[in-house]
Amino acid sequence: MTADTSYTDQEFELVGTRPVRPDGIDKVTGRARYGADASAPGQLVGAILRSPHAHAKIKKIDTSKAEKLAGVKAVITSADLPDLTHGNRASFDILENCMARDRALYDGHAVAAVAAIDQVTARRALSLIKVVYKKLPHVTDVDEAMQDSAPIVQPHIRTPGGDPDKPTNISQISTFGHGDVEAGFAKAEVIVEESFKTEQTHQGYIEPHACLATLGPDGQGELWVTTQGHYTFRNICAELLGLEVANLKVTSSEIGGGFGGKTHVWMEPVALALSRKANRPVKLVMSREEVFRASGPTSSTSVDVKLGATADGRIVAATATLRYQGGAFPGIWGMLGAMTSFACYDLENVKSIGYDVLVNRPKVAAYRAPSAPMAAFGVESTMNLLAEKIGMDPVELRILNAATEGTKASYGPPYGPIGIGATLEAVQKHPHMRARLGKNQGRGMACGFWFNFGGQTCCDLNIGVDGTVNLTVGTVDVGGSRASLSLIAAEELGIPYEKVRVTIGDTASLGHNDTTEGSRGTFSSGMATIFAARNAIEELKVRAAQTWEIDAKHVDWQNGQAVARGIEHSNLGPLTLEELARKSPTTGGPIAGHNEVVADGAGVSFASHICDVEVDPETGSTKVLRYTVVQDAGKAIHPDYVEGQFQGGAAQGIGWALNEEYIYGKDGRLQNPGFLDYRIPVCSDLPFIDTKILEIPNPNHPYGIRGVGETSIVPPLAAIANAVSNAVGVRMKHIPMSPPRILKAIKEQQAGESQVSAG
Amino acid sequence: MTQVNYKAPTTTKEASRLMAKAKGSAFLLAGGTDLLVRMKSGLIDPDLIVDIKRIPATQSIKKNDGKYVIGAGVPCVALGKNKGLVKAWPGVVEAANLIGSDQIQGRCTMVGNLCNASPAADSVPALVAARAKAVIVGPKGRRTIPVEKVVTGPGTTSLKKGEVIESIKLPERGARSADAYLRFIPRTEMDIAVCSAGVNLTLGAKGIIKQARVALGAVAPTVILVPAAARALVGKQLDDAVLAKVAAACEIACAPIDDKRGTVEFRTEVAGVLARRAATIAYQRAGGKL
Repeated sequence: MTADTSYTDQEFELVGTRPVRPDGIDKVTGRARYGADASAPGQLVGAILRSPHAHAKIKKIDTSKAEKLAGVKAVITSADLPDLTHGNRASFDILENCMARDRALYDGHAVAAVAAIDQVTARRALSLIKVVYKKLPHVTDVDEAMQDSAPIVQPHIRTPGGDPDKPTNISQISTFGHGDVEAGFAKAEVIVEESFKTEQTHQGYIEPHACLATLGPDGQGELWVTTQGHYTFRNICAELLGLEVANLKVTSSEIGGGFGGKTHVWMEPVALALSRKANRPVKLVMSREEVFRASGPTSSTSVDVKLGATADGRIVAATATLRYQGGAFPGIWGMLGAMTSFACYDLENVKSIGYDVLVNRPKVAAYRAPSAPMAAFGVESTMNLLAEKIGMDPVELRILNAATEGTKASYGPPYGPIGIGATLEAVQKHPHMRARLGKNQGRGMACGFWFNFGGQTCCDLNIGVDGTVNLTVGTVDVGGSRASLSLIAAEELGIPYEKVRVTIGDTASLGHNDTTEGSRGTFSSGMATIFAARNAIEELKVRAAQTWEIDAKHVDWQNGQAVARGIEHSNLGPLTLEELARKSPTTGGPIAGHNEVVADGAGVSFASHICDVEVDPETGSTKVLRYTVVQDAGKAIHPDYVEGQFQGGAAQGIGWALNEEYIYGKDGRLQNPGFLDYRIPVCSDLPFIDTKILEIPNPNHPYGIRGVGETSIVPPLAAIANAVSNAVGVRMKHIPMSPPRILKAIKEQQAGESQVSAG
Repeated sequence: MTQVNYKAPTTTKEASRLMAKAKGSAFLLAGGTDLLVRMKSGLIDPDLIVDIKRIPATQSIKKNDGKYVIGAGVPCVALGKNKGLVKAWPGVVEAANLIGSDQIQGRCTMVGNLCNASPAADSVPALVAARAKAVIVGPKGRRTIPVEKVVTGPGTTSLKKGEVIESIKLPERGARSADAYLRFIPRTEMDIAVCSAGVNLTLGAKGIIKQARVALGAVAPTVILVPAAARALVGKQLDDAVLAKVAAACEIACAPIDDKRGTVEFRTEVAGVLARRAATIAYQRAGGKL
């Protein structure tokens, strides 16, 4: 169903208020059911055997002893997940990641799995599976993987435009930009150039991957799973297992965080294959160690940035070379880094080149504005170097060069109305920028951009006989979207917020919905909800007209009731939604609205962040003292959850900037697969994160909504690096800025200074 | 974890007897904050667990002749609630109270922390600096040894089969004495020391240091005492020159490893910084003026 999605500057009663979220009580009382909270009669416990090697040939797997163990109901290897992908390499990559075939490609790669009557038996069965490996040379660093002599991760990969006979780890080279950068640099009065590195981080969702899978010999199955996109999971699982999509019903559980990491299948096809072999339900829950080793973290990167400007601060040329590792499979992460790197600025001559590189690490997944934070770290750090070199205020420099409506984005299209300038001006005026700094303290700021996404969306709105409303959507609620969608439905229908209950429908109850990614939940399901509600209102008007025995054309919907228009109907009192609902059994049956839409026109979102830190110069320890997020939301439907998204992105960015990193040993094995040594921030590590919502309406949404979930993680790496560099007087170029890295940088600076003074 | 035999004796002697005659792997259970984690992660698979929390002698904090005796089953949170103990040994208490989170504090014990034998154990440098002793009950009777003689290396102790630590004894506390403990962690809490320092001082007239003990954690296979750092303190009033010598002595004593938690360089440097800072705190607590 198509409808006009243009922004209309509607006046709101409910949208923009802050009612209590509908899923709150369930979550604080423990009633909410997450991935591991489902059970089925006769269910078995699944467990996965994982490679202890970074790269190895699998010569032989002997499962006979495990199969003979009492209580073991199924043992599977790649032979039980045959290749049904018909040459679709992307699908085959997913299959191979779920279960290694002839080679283990990273530490933690699944090689076999069991289903048994209990966990003890399942674990013992794993220990009875004998795998003969032949270790192969491995590579885990992105720069090393690009060298000619590097061990090859996937022999079929070729560098695009390179030697067609030579295997390589570079799967894609993506170039964006316009103008003539050489000519631009030739004109530049000032040039700055710097290189940066970031280490690999994990989304760190608190809920591990978990599912309950049932698949019978009749090819009918069900999957209960923690996911950001149960329709996508259904389609992929059906393809990999040779099922018809209608025969696999996937239900999304309540989700304990995803941030992109639950947009991909990791072990769900394995659970289904185990269930098919055992002909019993199988519950499979990852341990935290498995989550770190075998789900999808974000890329580690290496980035070079060069900026040329006039002496008064106008950037005349900008280039970036960005190298992103995608784990053991080809990714799009370098491409996204190249697309986002210069998106904040209006540049005449700009070029960015992204390399997608394979290494022996787990397959990289999306992590909140995937790839943009690392690119922004490089670019926004270099912006500050440029500001220092020409002696200009860093905010002024950014305002001078900011993209505006009509600017041709560095990744191609022209911008519509956008908020980068407005966020920068808000930063400039913010009291945070004028607060005094003490000893060992520093301040930094940085900007960030994310595209946002719309996509396929489908929803139902059913009006109950008492006038309450069930809204069923297909986008998993990862950040409070049920509250926002309730507000939207209530706003359109003219009824109280509390009268709407939102459910996330399973795959059998709605048409396809794309995954909740690209900050699309409230944007796209919000759009579908508006149209579904308006669709229901049309039917309500018909019922009212029928009751009054007048033409439906003469009925208006105002403030939750049908009103007969015109002086000739002035004797007809209004009919409320509840009255019409109660009469519905005798006026034509249930009243419902429906909408399906491809929600195009997701508005881009920009943010600017300010950060104050204090660094202990004797230990390199950093404390974040104050943090402010300014971001364009288009329209904040439920401001609490918009602010929550702003704060959440900043909090994750603070962890990433200061302490989080995958640490690999020389043996290519992950050394810190747990929350003790993979340090996400605890409450006491964070200040209260202040927020400011700007509302520059998205012209392509009736309410002006832009996605807000992701942009907030883009500026922190750079904002904090700029603040730390300001505090210690040394430019920090390697993320995370852990205490040993900061202390080393301070010591090197001091050694350099004493050499200079000695010389 | 197939089948675990669980016993909860009511005397330390009985606990010792159970441990002595145990076949297979046997572990003592106090708070369980290390033991249960290791069992759940599959690192160990005990045949016997002997819970010591029903033994009255392990459950109390007593003061006899000015000496504190802290039972092996006393949770660390209880140390911070004991005003007399906090006044006499602020460094020992702050070290014990840094372990884990609030939830962990309700279960974890200093003796468990000691016997887990991690070089990074938070309470141990403070206990070593405090001249604490471990009271051991074994098949051959009771013996008391300095805390620093308990741990022999990462994960290993000098305790013989059947030996059970019943309590920790702290010496009598004189006037103008105080201790302090500091650790470095990348986060603000819920973390493990990258390096740490415990300092215990007794002052004489005019703030001159009469006695000093300096112990470092996580910079060697076991917690180490640094006599050279103590020598730099004794006979002096605390000033920047003395503190620089303390830090230098500590740096020399460090023999750390490079690992995921820190580099050799970082641990060595920061151990000196922490010793300097802990000495300053202990000095001020003891009534010294800077």
